Amino acid sequence: MSSDERQAMNTNFQTHTVKSFGEELDRLSDDVARMGGLVETLVSDCLQAVMRRDGDLADSVIERDRQVDQMERDIEKRVIRLFALRQPMATDLRMTIAAYRISHELERIGDLAKNIARRCRVLNESEPHEMTRSVDRMGRLVVSQLHEVLNAFSAGSLDDAHSAMKTDDEIDEIYNSLFRELLTYMMEDARTISPSTQMLFVAKNLERIGDHNTNIAEMVHYVLTGEDWRRDRSMSDPDRES
Amino acid sequence: MISADRQSAVQKRLLKRYRDEARFRAFGIAAIVFALAMLALLIGSIGSQAISAFSVNELTLQVTLDAERVDPDGDRSPESLRRGSYNGLLQDALRAQFPDVTDRAQLRDLFGLYTPLVAARLLNQVADHPQSVGQTIDFTFPISDHADLYLKGQITGSDSASLSGGFTIARQDGRAMIVSETGAFATVLDAVRADLDLRADALEARAARYETRSEAAGDAARSEQVAGDAETARVQAAALRAQTGDDSGDLELTPQLPSRLVRIAGGFMAIDTISADGRTVSGTFLVSPEADASDEAEILSLSVPQADRRFSDAQIAWTETLVARGLVREGFNTWLFTNADSREPELAGVLGAMIGTVLTIAVTMALAMPIGVFTAIYLEEFAPKNRLTDLIEVNINNLAAVPSIVFGLLGLAVFINTFGLPRSAPLVGGMVLALMTLPTIIISARAALKAVPPSIREAALGVGASKTQTVFHHVLPLAAPGILTGSIIGMAQAMGETAPLLMIGMVAFIADVPSLSLDGLTEPATVMPVQIFLWSDGAERAFEARTAAAIIVLLGLMISFNALAVFLRRRFETRW
Amino acid sequence: MSTVYHDTQIENAKVALDAVGVTYGSKTAVSGVSLRIPDRSVTAFIGPSGCGKSTVLRTINRMNDTIDIARVSGSVKIDGEEINSKSVDPVVLRARVGMVFQKPNPFPKSIYDNIAYGPRIHGLASGKSELDAIVETSLKKAGLWNEVADRLDQPGTSLSGGQQQRLVIARAIAVSPEVILMDEPCSALDPIATAKIEELIDELRENYCIIIVTHSMAQAARVSQMTAFFHLGDLVEYGPTEAIFTNPRDQRTQDYITGRFG
Repeated sequence: MSSDERQAMNTNFQTHTVKSFGEELDRLSDDVARMGGLVETLVSDCLQAVMRRDGDLADSVIERDRQVDQMERDIEKRVIRLFALRQPMATDLRMTIAAYRISHELERIGDLAKNIARRCRVLNESEPHEMTRSVDRMGRLVVSQLHEVLNAFSAGSLDDAHSAMKTDDEIDEIYNSLFRELLTYMMEDARTISPSTQMLFVAKNLERIGDHNTNIAEMVHYVLTGEDWRRDRSMSDPDRES
Repeated sequence: MISADRQSAVQKRLLKRYRDEARFRAFGIAAIVFALAMLALLIGSIGSQAISAFSVNELTLQVTLDAERVDPDGDRSPESLRRGSYNGLLQDALRAQFPDVTDRAQLRDLFGLYTPLVAARLLNQVADHPQSVGQTIDFTFPISDHADLYLKGQITGSDSASLSGGFTIARQDGRAMIVSETGAFATVLDAVRADLDLRADALEARAARYETRSEAAGDAARSEQVAGDAETARVQAAALRAQTGDDSGDLELTPQLPSRLVRIAGGFMAIDTISADGRTVSGTFLVSPEADASDEAEILSLSVPQADRRFSDAQIAWTETLVARGLVREGFNTWLFTNADSREPELAGVLGAMIGTVLTIAVTMALAMPIGVFTAIYLEEFAPKNRLTDLIEVNINNLAAVPSIVFGLLGLAVFINTFGLPRSAPLVGGMVLALMTLPTIIISARAALKAVPPSIREAALGVGASKTQTVFHHVLPLAAPGILTGSIIGMAQAMGETAPLLMIGMVAFIADVPSLSLDGLTEPATVMPVQIFLWSDGAERAFEARTAAAIIVLLGLMISFNALAVFLRRRFETRW
Repeated sequence: MSTVYHDTQIENAKVALDAVGVTYGSKTAVSGVSLRIPDRSVTAFIGPSGCGKSTVLRTINRMNDTIDIARVSGSVKIDGEEINSKSVDPVVLRARVGMVFQKPNPFPKSIYDNIAYGPRIHGLASGKSELDAIVETSLKKAGLWNEVADRLDQPGTSLSGGQQQRLVIARAIAVSPEVILMDEPCSALDPIATAKIEELIDELRENYCIIIVTHSMAQAARVSQMTAFFHLGDLVEYGPTEAIFTNPRDQRTQDYITGRFG
């Protein structure tokens, strides 16, 4: 996160009386933003790898996921330290909790990206799939959603967070139609069952990433408003449906 | 990095600071040492003066209580006993010691060895024990102040020297001579010559002084007069020189010369002539010898000439004889503490003044403490803070600075003239002192109340105590030590006060001890500081020592009062 | 400035303040404070120094009466009864509303007398044994009995700071108050003694309406159910402690709680 953005997020705060406390909070949100940036590249790279059948890129995604895990552990340590030494209150409290939760969500996203990258190797062994385009469209949507969510976190933008949440519905829809199409393919041609299944997993993972993005957006909502989004959220939870 | 330059500057300043500190400390110590030295000097000078007043020489005589003279009516009734002639008894008892004193003038001198006032004590003693009439009793009383001072060496220096070689006493034409075959009196002769020379020297010196002054004087008449004085001194000096220069002539001891007494065979002779060969001295026997010859004699030289003192050679001889007979004993001066004031120093005591002080302070305490403390409590705890209470506060503070004599005038005008209260009475004295002490007590009590932490008040109010309960259950007990200290200091201040009491007549000479009761409040009385003031003015020399002694007593009272304050403070102080 | 109230239903309001204002001479200390304080709970007053929280606290037992220049306006009701009315005797009121102060202020008397003083002046005990019983239960409620049972005749000032403060609380309990006001009761204590007091406050909550002024936000968060934030003589925000500490609505509360006061 650039310093301008941080400035933007802190406009409604006065600086912290205990400067080192304020700095620690800033570093925490910096770390989360950096982790978010890394995860964002992981997701787009794994998508690239699938699209271009690029095994090396897939390997690099798997490799970089370890970095993400490490970053999550660092953030966790930082959060524990902050709770033990500073007892954050109100926005600070929400910010710290959100950082912890977001880092966890990001780690999960990283894992899903890694999962997709693994499928890439298997997919490369068969013929290029016709559905790749649709998956690519869904992937782009997920990546842009992740980008939007991370932006919302960095800039403290409630609108971005809400629009990201709306995107999730769209992703769910694409996933559902993809699911039906892939089913049709597999019924038509038994040979496509293996790649189609892999493709289905890729799509499922992307859908899960979308859900995690939504969770992050909810955390951003919580940080900014202090209210729990889930409490008033409609029943349209794709996880529960599937 | 600090540059070397800067470091040395810092070092310098540091040294200077240490020097300043050391200097300041040295000043402080010097001031304290100086103060202590002055205090020691003061106490030392008063103490050394007072010490002689704490001992007294008492004479014990055998007095025969002749029934006829003691009890004219013969019924042993107090009235009859009171009309007895006790002074006569004492005179007889003293005459019995010196039977050969018959001359009226000499008798008067002899009776000067005691104060007729002691006869009153004898009277009281007999009146208390009527059964002793007709008996012979040992009666002890203080010897006269002059005799006392003589025995304490404060009237004249005296020097005794033993002579030996066999002396015979001869009488001729009413004059007596002591003859020493060995010329033992030669030493006396030399001493007297030396005395004469000294006097001649002094006279010549005086003459010389007068002469220079005469020359310097511009006014002719004055110059002539001074010249005349110088001439007289020269002539006198020449006469003295003639006496000393003449080895063959007898030496005459005039009253202007230091006296010499010879103690021989239990008698005393005052020398008036010494033969030139040092074999014979002649003079008058002040106390008759018991024998006509003796191997031993003692010569007593009195440095102050008889003419210059109020205690004659004869009285000295009698006193010495009484001492030799073991009738005079030096003891602790209980009279000082059991008697009231008297014109006679040997009988003067501080008891009257002490009781007067006790009565006065009792009145002061009874008035000033409750009024002062309650005023303070009201002003501090209850009174609203407004212009009126501010005004009152300022006035109280100002009153504390009003000269004490003003309170005396107030007492005179209000208590005595308007209310018609008796003069010289401890009641009025106490009231005046109470007025004077009130501001001190109010101020110190308020300070003590202020010092009680507000948390205690809040605590009491917090559990639902009323304002009065808060003050009396919690604040006052905590402030009590402070209030007590302030009050006692106020009392001590009142106790040392003289000026306002002068105004209301407590400066009178009061020979009776006031009774230590309610009646005593309206009886005339005096107090310690006034007593000191009176004695310091006393004509008799013996009052000097008594003044100092009374100061010591007053200081003792003050110190014990303050010690009481400290004790009470320690006792009741509570930490919070 | 208007107060932010969190929408919490306070059904059993013990103390109700309505437009309370206090002035010292020409200086306004607090103004327009309206609060409904629930019974059997702990309500914390927080805010920066000089914000008027102690002043508001002292209106509840009319402690401001003891300050000549203090003037109280508005209405303070306990159980619906107006306490500022002439018919209410402040002395009786203070028996109903106990107070514990910042510095432990036991009387310089024995532990026993410290507790017994209140019941004595109010005539709550008819005999020695009854008084003994009051002293014992008060000390037990204050969790001090086990520590001082064998030295009731020793001066209260000989106890440690934390024990003194519990003694003071026991003294307040002894007159059976309904409301206990605490003005920074732990500011002079070490953390362990503070923890004991906080535990005690939590126990006392079952029976009393406790209002505590504290400088320690952590303490307010730990012991209280409701929190009121004061700033410059105004009640800025009032609501459940949890809401105040996680999601304050007013920017000033937010800044104060997170330590961003400029």
